[in-house]
Amino acid sequence: MHQFTIEPLFGSGHWSIAGYNIAFTNSALWMAIATVALLIFVAGGSKRQLVPGRWQMAVETFTGFVDGMLAANVGPNGKKYVPYIFSLFMFILFANVLGLLPIGVLGLHAFTFTSHFSATGVLAIMSFAIVLIVGFAKHKLHFFSLFVPHGTPAAMVVPIFFVELVSFLVRPFSLGLRLFVAMMAGHVLLEVLSSFVIDSGNANIGLFAIAGLPSFILMIGICALELLVAGIQAYVFALLTCVYLNDAENLH
Amino acid sequence: MPQIEQLAATYSSQIFWMLVFFGFTFFVIGRGMVPKVMDTVAKRDTQIADDLLAAERARKQADAEEESWRERENANRAKAHALIAEARATAATETEQRLAAAQVTIDGKIAEAEAGIAAARKAAADEIETVAAEAARDIIGRVAGLSLDEGQVRAAVKENLVHG
Repeated sequence: MHQFTIEPLFGSGHWSIAGYNIAFTNSALWMAIATVALLIFVAGGSKRQLVPGRWQMAVETFTGFVDGMLAANVGPNGKKYVPYIFSLFMFILFANVLGLLPIGVLGLHAFTFTSHFSATGVLAIMSFAIVLIVGFAKHKLHFFSLFVPHGTPAAMVVPIFFVELVSFLVRPFSLGLRLFVAMMAGHVLLEVLSSFVIDSGNANIGLFAIAGLPSFILMIGICALELLVAGIQAYVFALLTCVYLNDAENLH
Repeated sequence: MPQIEQLAATYSSQIFWMLVFFGFTFFVIGRGMVPKVMDTVAKRDTQIADDLLAAERARKQADAEEESWRERENANRAKAHALIAEARATAATETEQRLAAAQVTIDGKIAEAEAGIAAARKAAADEIETVAAEAARDIIGRVAGLSLDEGQVRAAVKENLVHG
């Protein structure tokens, strides 16, 4: 579990604003690394050539992907959310993938800040807040009609309203926790398997052949799976935000 | 689980830096750079659409021009055919007329020549008659000692010549 430990860096442990600690931790460092990597990635694709190069093509693929996702889920109104969804998707994607980098072999420690719900929660609450703000700004109190689906029998309006309200209010938690749990579970699984490999290797050759080697082979597969999960979780986060934004934009 | 154990000590730092870096990502990358990238894509799409439209228009124009060229060409060809036919007809008539004129001349010449031949033949026949009459008179004079009238002898010779 050491890989999830947050430690202040550069003696910044006592930094604070208005009594709140804002130490520049390893978590903050990896947020910075993800931001810088994303900045370099997008800047490299901003050459604005009419005939794009490979790099520009890659960046345009991502913007086109986000644009298409919003167009499919929100419709033409969704165009204005492209910057937000793009930032969200790419920030989470870079965080997840950077956290999987095998830089442990260099003696460094990759840190996946998306495996902390204190980090994913901020993103989830931000998305939820945008949905609330857009919903109430656009539809005023009509936004509450979101909780009463079309065709609800009159007798069921009140219970359905509360059920829908609860499912609505659970959204930021499910959004934040899903990402945190998926990332953490993957990292824990890899750690457990790697401890099998190392401990059985230290014990004796027979145990290594029985337990260590299969674990190692399994780890290779799970590493590939984790790369997939890193992409999928970023996609799910962005997609669910799109779906929620659709509720706010178009009700239903 | 450090996520829970360290929550009280680290939540403010996590939230603060998350807002800082995600805010930077959103405002600088999301709002600053992504619209430019999307704008480039949109511009390219419009350009491609425009180019396709222009190509389509050019194709249609080329088709129309080809059609009109074909019509002109067909008209020209028909005109040329008419010209050739007319020229051919004129030439034929002219040839006919010339042939007819030549025929007339040739007929005249033939008639003249035939007349000449007939005259020559008549002259030759007269000559033969004269010669034959004289010869006959001489023969008669010498053999029979008769002196006949020239006219009589000639008539007799002529009788014999005509009846063989």
